[in-house]
Amino acid sequence: MKFSYYPGCTLKTKAKELDAYGRLSAAKLGVELEEIENWQCCGAVYPQAEDEIATKLSAVRALDAAKQKNQELLTLCSACHHVLKRVNNDMATSEYIRLRANNYLKLDAPYAGETHVIHYLEMLRDRVGFDNLKKAVVNPLKGRKIAAYYGCLLLRPSKVMAFDDPENPTIIEDFIKAIGAMPVKYSLRNECCGGYIALEDRAAAQKRVDAILESAQSAGAETIVTACPLCMYNLDANATKHAVPVKYFTELLAEALGVKEGDA
Amino acid sequence: MSLTNEVTREDILRISGVNPRKCMQCGKCSGTCPSYDEMEYHPHQFVAMVRKGQIEKLMASKSIYRCLSCFACVERCPRNVEPAKLIEAVRLAVIRQQGQDHMTAGDIPEKLDEKLPQQAIVSALRKYRK
Repeated sequence: MKFSYYPGCTLKTKAKELDAYGRLSAAKLGVELEEIENWQCCGAVYPQAEDEIATKLSAVRALDAAKQKNQELLTLCSACHHVLKRVNNDMATSEYIRLRANNYLKLDAPYAGETHVIHYLEMLRDRVGFDNLKKAVVNPLKGRKIAAYYGCLLLRPSKVMAFDDPENPTIIEDFIKAIGAMPVKYSLRNECCGGYIALEDRAAAQKRVDAILESAQSAGAETIVTACPLCMYNLDANATKHAVPVKYFTELLAEALGVKEGDA
Repeated sequence: MSLTNEVTREDILRISGVNPRKCMQCGKCSGTCPSYDEMEYHPHQFVAMVRKGQIEKLMASKSIYRCLSCFACVERCPRNVEPAKLIEAVRLAVIRQQGQDHMTAGDIPEKLDEKLPQQAIVSALRKYRK
């Protein structure tokens, strides 16, 4: 099983472990990740305006690179996944955006949303299968109470993201079960951590994070998992009342698969 | 310089692609908005004000920098109005003007800490400046 892989800027810097454990685990599962060449930053936020074209072009370049190889484009970072998936949807459904983006890019053949964007968690669920993942686990995380933090970007808007039920998702809980741990559900698992507001008004992010951690901890969470470097940052650096360890899901996956050795 | 001498309701509708007339003012967007407490104009008011053409007030309000792009209002709107797109369009109408960046690269160094991910900086600059 081979995928084009888009790591994104943060996975090369502050979130190296999200990337490294993801690669180690994929190799163990027989999944080949081919990093696309010369990828550019996706911009981290999806440009919502109808008339924004230039800010979508880096995503289109990545999508087209995967199309050239006739591969699905696999992502790990929630923000990259969100941007690539939504820009791809624009290229497939908006004549206005497709025409202008292609006029800018002058690709060998116009790009029209042909690539399928798949998140690593979707790959585990839909390509590997959680049953098969369970069979590959050598070090089940028995007795560990782990809470999934979905945040916003993987789930919403569900019409485009089509990741899981946006209000009652199960994919990360199913993942937690597959690696032998016990999922902890709590009410704020799909509410916003504050995102980039941390740069504008740190107190606002702290308020969001304290509420989320209160919700998770009161439900019995001992560890929280996320797929998003910005959620990771907020839940960690902007917590003022609770200290719940936050891990990338790939780190726990690598641990369960027995490929986590030393520092990533 | 006036911020607003050329931005009309029609500009905002064109940039956003939103039809505010679909809104029935149920307030679900505001009820679910994580930034509700910090906003002068809440999402359902935002939609109503755009419908009425009160663009100048919205452009002058700090509320336009409080949207987190979490898409809760978009997901939960029973009429598919997509309030977040209106807020983005009004913010763009401001920051696309010369000298109206809300944050610049020069503001970043003092905000840095050891763990701050690149994603946060890129996101903020994409949202707050042009």
